[in-house]
Amino acid sequence: MTTATPQRTDERRTVPPKSQGNPALRFLAANKSLVGLILLMAIVSAVSPNFLTFDNQMNILRQTSINAIIACGMTFVILTAGIDLSVGSVLAFTGAVCASLVGGDTSLWIALPATLALGAALGAANGAVIALGGVQPFIATLVSMTVLRGATLVYTDGRPIGTIDGQGADAFWAIGGEYVFGVPVPVLISAVVFIVCWFVLSRVRFGRYVYAVGGNEQVTRLAGIDITAVKIAVYAVSGLLAALAGVILTARLESAQPTAGTAYELDAIAAVVLGGTSLMGGRGHIFGTLVGALIIGVLNNALNLMEVSSYYQMIAKGAVILLAVLVDSRGKSSS
Amino acid sequence: MTTPLLDLHGISKTFGPVRVLDRVDLTALPGRVLALVGENGAGKSTLMKIVTGIYHPDEGGEIRFEGQPVRFTNPRQAMDAGIAIIHQELNLLPGLSVAENMFLGREPRGPFGLIDWRTMRERARALLHRLKQDHIDPAWPVGRLGVGAQQMVEIARALSLDAEVIIMDEPTDALTDVETQILFEAIRGLKADGKAIIYISHRLGEIFSQCDDVAVLRDGGMVHTGPVAELTEAQLIHHMVGRDITDQYPYVPAEAGPVRLAVTDLTAEGVAGVSFEARAGEVVGFAGLMGAGRTELARAIYGANRIWTGTVLLDGAPVRLKSPRDGVRAGIAYVTEDRKADGLIQPHSIRFNMALGSLGRLCRAGGVVDRDRERSAVAEYMRVFAVKAPDMDAAVQTLSGGNQQKVSLAKSLLAQPRVVILDEPTRGVDVGARREIYQLVNQLKAQGLCVLLMSSDMPELLGLSDRILVLSHGRVTGTFAHGEATQESIMERAVAVP
Repeated sequence: MTTATPQRTDERRTVPPKSQGNPALRFLAANKSLVGLILLMAIVSAVSPNFLTFDNQMNILRQTSINAIIACGMTFVILTAGIDLSVGSVLAFTGAVCASLVGGDTSLWIALPATLALGAALGAANGAVIALGGVQPFIATLVSMTVLRGATLVYTDGRPIGTIDGQGADAFWAIGGEYVFGVPVPVLISAVVFIVCWFVLSRVRFGRYVYAVGGNEQVTRLAGIDITAVKIAVYAVSGLLAALAGVILTARLESAQPTAGTAYELDAIAAVVLGGTSLMGGRGHIFGTLVGALIIGVLNNALNLMEVSSYYQMIAKGAVILLAVLVDSRGKSSS
Repeated sequence: MTTPLLDLHGISKTFGPVRVLDRVDLTALPGRVLALVGENGAGKSTLMKIVTGIYHPDEGGEIRFEGQPVRFTNPRQAMDAGIAIIHQELNLLPGLSVAENMFLGREPRGPFGLIDWRTMRERARALLHRLKQDHIDPAWPVGRLGVGAQQMVEIARALSLDAEVIIMDEPTDALTDVETQILFEAIRGLKADGKAIIYISHRLGEIFSQCDDVAVLRDGGMVHTGPVAELTEAQLIHHMVGRDITDQYPYVPAEAGPVRLAVTDLTAEGVAGVSFEARAGEVVGFAGLMGAGRTELARAIYGANRIWTGTVLLDGAPVRLKSPRDGVRAGIAYVTEDRKADGLIQPHSIRFNMALGSLGRLCRAGGVVDRDRERSAVAEYMRVFAVKAPDMDAAVQTLSGGNQQKVSLAKSLLAQPRVVILDEPTRGVDVGARREIYQLVNQLKAQGLCVLLMSSDMPELLGLSDRILVLSHGRVTGTFAHGEATQESIMERAVAVP
């Protein structure tokens, strides 16, 4: 069945090398996760008539947007064969800082860029510890995950920080709660994030270097590329996008919760892996991450529609992820 | 007359169309040390892989062990029969103890199948005592021992297997002088016990001082066997390299330009004070044995290894070389010896790899890759280099060694360097592609590039270089102009101790 699979030679799996076979079939074989998503949606819509309604679809997209944005940053990191466990804590910390700025009447024109810059700086600090300090990404980001969660609790004193008292409260809420032409604003934001990430990874020099570092660090270094800068940059991207997710979540809830974003790193990693990006680095695509995030979103939504208890939902989600990864790895070893 | 412990007769081995060994005979007698010598690629390691059951010989030959015909189908059988090999890169687990390493997979068992630690340590101690290595504690982790002591552990393991034939592959390469003397003493002990030792080495001094017999392989054929005492050093060298150089090296005399690269008193890891000049439009060859410092010199000039002292001038201006990035920016390109590990990103495409070092030039404003320019540049180089591939999006790992080497070369040249360092450019490359690469080297020269050619392939060096520098122990021990050098004179300088 996989004989028509083109060799995954390149970052741009959507344009596989010229070879025999039906182009549509080759596209699907190279994008199994998309097939999985379509199958999943077909099954759910057959079981639950409410699933395919416009409102529900928008609901799925809105619920997915936070994870999707974090997963975009995670894709950069994983493509360099790294991992970022700190995204949930970065989200919580930057969200708390953002809430106190907005609640304290700081102009949104200052509060939002400051929050995003803080996220990027926290990520860059992760990258510096990894690239300059030679610490394993798993350990370095495990440390910052713990430290930042603690810092969030200290900063918030363990209590939510509300934004509704600020002058810009309504405009701020719109970032998370408003609709434009019936589409939630967070969905529009994540669409922009995906397009920008796709462009950077496939068209910009930096994107090439991300794939190169993950493909073979030594070769990349010998080609005269500053791999330290590339590594710091990918973690900065991850931190920046985690902060953006923090802003959206805080805006929607009109408050920052000190425990926000707990375990979000796992959903983000799951989305990236479901999308076919290799944890060994160098192989994968942002399009796959989008599909991976949607699979998780659809699954959550479907289990809710089918009124499955939330306890069982976690088991079902784990089972689906395992199944998807098994199918993917079988496809790889037989090709 | 004594029965040979190991007797090979008419052993041949072909890989595809290439005959690597051609009807080779080899006899190892008990209580004697047999030196196996030959240039890199002469077939020594293939022959030893056949003896130890890793490769199977072609039909027609015969291997006799202790007089009986044998046919090993895997390394385990050879080991059980009593043939042990001590590889250049030692096969020990650093975290386990000396005794555990010696009896790995054959641990003495006590009741309930538990490991009998006491017996294991005692047997280890007895074996080490036989080698006069009583200072090595069997309970120590191997990683804490020096390389020499680790080698003794390997030899003790061979003894624990009751090996009758012990093969040592370049055993003294990583040893200090003191450790070397200890090894020689151990070898004399093994001889006295009636073991046969096959000793592979490039070091002529050791062959004449330690070995009884010598067997010389050249181009897969056994060209000389006999007692060491009947040979002079010069005769042995002649046997090793004595082939005629045919016209497969299209040498074009240089029209040397101004001095492009001037290296003065350079010291770095493995490089102990090297000075030389290289001109635009000149190919400077670097000869030397393995570990002489050629790759280390290349990496230092390129910025991949740190320069301790000394200066590098490029077109008269000093260059600061702290990282490969500095090297690339200064216009120095390095085509690596090890394409797999640090030359090309194997799963990625030809296009991705070729453009990787030159994206700065191939970008529009804002770092956006200009894909039209990228594609046309890559297409151009694929045409000039005659890269055989379905298209530029084919994965590098699907290409042959020769084509991979061409991609690797093209990648370096795409960055428009002024100096190109080629480190073993034809290793693992078949004959046809070799000649293409040689012609490319001449083209680079004609375009006024300065080419540094590091190679273990002597005919290649002699055929392409305008000048040859010989390195030994990180120093220049000889300089020859084109036509002045012979393989013998180079070999003589390469084994010289500066």
